[in-house]
Amino acid sequence: MYFVIIHSQYDNKVIMVLKPIISASDAADRIKDGNSVMVGGFLNCGSPHSIILALKEKNTKNLTLISNDTAIYNLKTRVITGLALLVKNKMFRKIITSHIGTNQETQRQMNAGETEVELVPQGTLAEQIRAGGAGLGGFLTPTGIGTEVANGKQIIFVNHHSFLLELPLKADVAIIKARKADKSGNLVFNGTARNFNPLMATAAELVIAEVEEIVEVGEIDPNEIHTSSIFVDFLVKAEQFDY
Amino acid sequence: MEYIANKEIIARRIAQIFKTGEVVNLGIGLPTLVEKYISPEVNIILMSENGIMGLGPAPAKGFESRDITDSGGSAATIRKGGCFFDSATSFGIIRGGHVDYTVLGVLEVDQDGNLANYKVPGKMVPGMGGAMDLTIGARIVIAATLHFQPTGSSRLKRHCTLPLTAHKEVNLVVTDLGVFEVQGGRFYLAEYFAPYTPEYILEHTDADIIVKNNCIKVVINTQITEEKQCQKLV
Repeated sequence: MYFVIIHSQYDNKVIMVLKPIISASDAADRIKDGNSVMVGGFLNCGSPHSIILALKEKNTKNLTLISNDTAIYNLKTRVITGLALLVKNKMFRKIITSHIGTNQETQRQMNAGETEVELVPQGTLAEQIRAGGAGLGGFLTPTGIGTEVANGKQIIFVNHHSFLLELPLKADVAIIKARKADKSGNLVFNGTARNFNPLMATAAELVIAEVEEIVEVGEIDPNEIHTSSIFVDFLVKAEQFDY
Repeated sequence: MEYIANKEIIARRIAQIFKTGEVVNLGIGLPTLVEKYISPEVNIILMSENGIMGLGPAPAKGFESRDITDSGGSAATIRKGGCFFDSATSFGIIRGGHVDYTVLGVLEVDQDGNLANYKVPGKMVPGMGGAMDLTIGARIVIAATLHFQPTGSSRLKRHCTLPLTAHKEVNLVVTDLGVFEVQGGRFYLAEYFAPYTPEYILEHTDADIIVKNNCIKVVINTQITEEKQCQKLV
């Protein structure tokens, strides 16, 4: 029966470093003025909405946001969702992101010089975060060669092809969202809500995972765990699913 | 001849390019229309950079999952046999050359294969999203665009004036006037869509276009006929 999972025969030890389950408000309190914050999600899908809403109430300032996008702020339909609530409150000093086409307020703040916005190709952003969490000094990518993205960056030739040297990204705090956790913080993501979440879990000093369901240690098949518990510091039970 | 913008013919024509088993990424906007016109006999694998291989059509009302979306953030489905992955894996797939085609929208595209579609400085700055990685990594880059801007000027240019999304990466441009291959700093007209003519296209496009010897006239209801070979005009 070598194809089933064999737990140790010699002792009954369980990896049981349980992670505190805190409220969304408590999670938001751990993000301080001036922190850099990674926020998981792709146009609201897979974003930690409970923590985002709690953070909006705290009105924390001068944050640096690292996120794929800044969610939706549409003046015409008056739809303002997810991270856009924080953009509206002007909580960010700087935003590092790949796409702001769905957020007219981020564009306005950028054009007015109110908020610094750094646009990064999405694959480069993902890899920068991965590199940050994987202990790399950076990576070489062909993406951005011959465009404004290459401005001020080192170009390195490998096998007669040119690559940009891109540097790793880390943050003070990552707030991420998963479908399920066990009490030690092992995470399982669902569908495309995975996106940047497992990468950000590896790249921040403090990692807070908002999850829909918390089960006992050992209940999740180890083959199906996407993010190891060692990356996760706190769990928040999601209260807010819609945005 | 009066020009009437027609996105449908662009989508229909691009849909005929793909073969079963090919991996295709469709951008937001006009490229998304392409899926609708892919023949039921052709079974391509749609990838979406937010983390799906095997993207399916939009779900029926009431069957949406908030955890399955496409790269535009709309509710989506996954086909049987598909899989999900994180964003670093997704762009590894893209940059690594494992995507056969990417179809992208256009603000400007030029005869060197440069594409601009992410920024109009001071005006509209949506950001590049995954477009820069897609144009670098996909085997064939297709630019899908109405031939003319609302102002009447051609989106096909000698040189892009807007900040570039892609530097010399575009292989094929499909407009509502015809199909243009990009090679050696020139557009080559491979097909033109009746009732437009190669003469009309050359006259109304501010770029160097060579009409291919085997240029095909395509009738607008997508029946491709090798009706006549047009002469090389340039």
